[in-house]
Amino acid sequence: MNINVLLFGSLAEATGKSQLEINNVLDTETLRSKLLREFPKLEKYKFVIAVCKHVVKSNTILHEGDTVALLPPFAGG
Amino acid sequence: MLNPEELLRYNRQIRLPEIGEAGQEKLKSSKVLVIGAGGLGCPVLQYLTAVGVGTIGIVDFDKVDESNLQRQILYSVDDVGKLKVDCSVRKLTRQNPHVRFITYNLQLTNQNAIDIIKNYDIIVDGTDNFATRYLLNDACVLLDKPWIYGSIHRFEAQISVFNYLNKNKIKGPTYRCLFPSPPLLELEGNCSEIGVLGVLPGIVGMLQANETIKIITEIGDILSGELLILNALNLQFHTIGIERSETSLQAVPVSEAQFTKTAYGQFCNTVTKELKHEVSIEELHRLMSENRENIQLVDVREQNESPQIEELKEINIPLVEIIDKAYNIDRNKKVIIFCKSGVRSAIAIQLLQKKFGMKNLFTLKGGVNEWLRSVKNKI
Repeated sequence: MNINVLLFGSLAEATGKSQLEINNVLDTETLRSKLLREFPKLEKYKFVIAVCKHVVKSNTILHEGDTVALLPPFAGG
Repeated sequence: MLNPEELLRYNRQIRLPEIGEAGQEKLKSSKVLVIGAGGLGCPVLQYLTAVGVGTIGIVDFDKVDESNLQRQILYSVDDVGKLKVDCSVRKLTRQNPHVRFITYNLQLTNQNAIDIIKNYDIIVDGTDNFATRYLLNDACVLLDKPWIYGSIHRFEAQISVFNYLNKNKIKGPTYRCLFPSPPLLELEGNCSEIGVLGVLPGIVGMLQANETIKIITEIGDILSGELLILNALNLQFHTIGIERSETSLQAVPVSEAQFTKTAYGQFCNTVTKELKHEVSIEELHRLMSENRENIQLVDVREQNESPQIEELKEINIPLVEIIDKAYNIDRNKKVIIFCKSGVRSAIAIQLLQKKFGMKNLFTLKGGVNEWLRSVKNKI
């Protein structure tokens, strides 16, 4: 199962990637732990998760081809 | 009522059937507060003034700095060192004498926010930090005001309209519904720390002004319940849906009295600068010439972040790794921690003090920016 992950702001800088493909994750929680294993730096960042263009607040089942966006808050202005 | 001069001036937008004279009168009788007259605030102010918003409030505590001119296009070289509220009103009044301006030369706090915000219909966010955004959000929730969020990170931006009551009397989400809690530490730097391309706040500020005008004139669709993310490098726009969350809203103070007691700076881990832990550039020059072997210089910027200063090179620990690599920090020397402007170094000290109780840490006031200025002045 392929999930397309978009990373924004500081998360893209911390991982060096603005887009990723992650395989074999059933839900957003397993996606989160898989990302943290691959990019331990992310542990210190706060971000919200959006699945298919909608912010989700609890663990959400993922489907083949879903796009998940990781959104940190921005400070500047 | 619009006078003949105004009818002439606003003719091009009155011609739009969606606006008309009625819409123009709504603009004239509206009151908009802009918090921060910086990168976002400048374009917001310029366009709201041009289109004829009747009353505009401007909150800003800062003075114009030379480094603002690359993006804050209300200001010119003559304004450097002067108050932003004064310079902006001078320029804006020339742009449109029909607008009434009210200035607040202060920092928005839990003590003054309610009294200021309650006089306005719509609030536009031109702030540059998390503490003020949470404070602004809560004040707007308490006072039932919509506010227009804009924020920037390097080439990216986020925009949304929060706490907006739509035509069906349904209230949209707030900043807390999107981001229930602030970042653990300010890893999310502001423009002075991480840089910003001059045009980006211009684009974002104009989108904020556009939302403001649509709310006032009641036309179009409002960016409520949605977060717009844009990337200036690849010109991609993403729209993400957000729900109002009663759970997240429970964190908003229940009353104005409680609001004034809420410590927003602490909530957002904002660093309160302690002067005794600060070293000025002059002092650093002195220490380096008299006592170099007894001080340690720690650069907490990213690896190879420019500009690299030969004289200040000793060890580099990016802020994110400061706790993990704290073993590199000398416990016996006077440790001078620095970054670009002094924000990250102050956070590093706070983290190290909290975790290890280190007492020998000092932040370099003004950071590399100030160092370069001192060197330039010497030449």
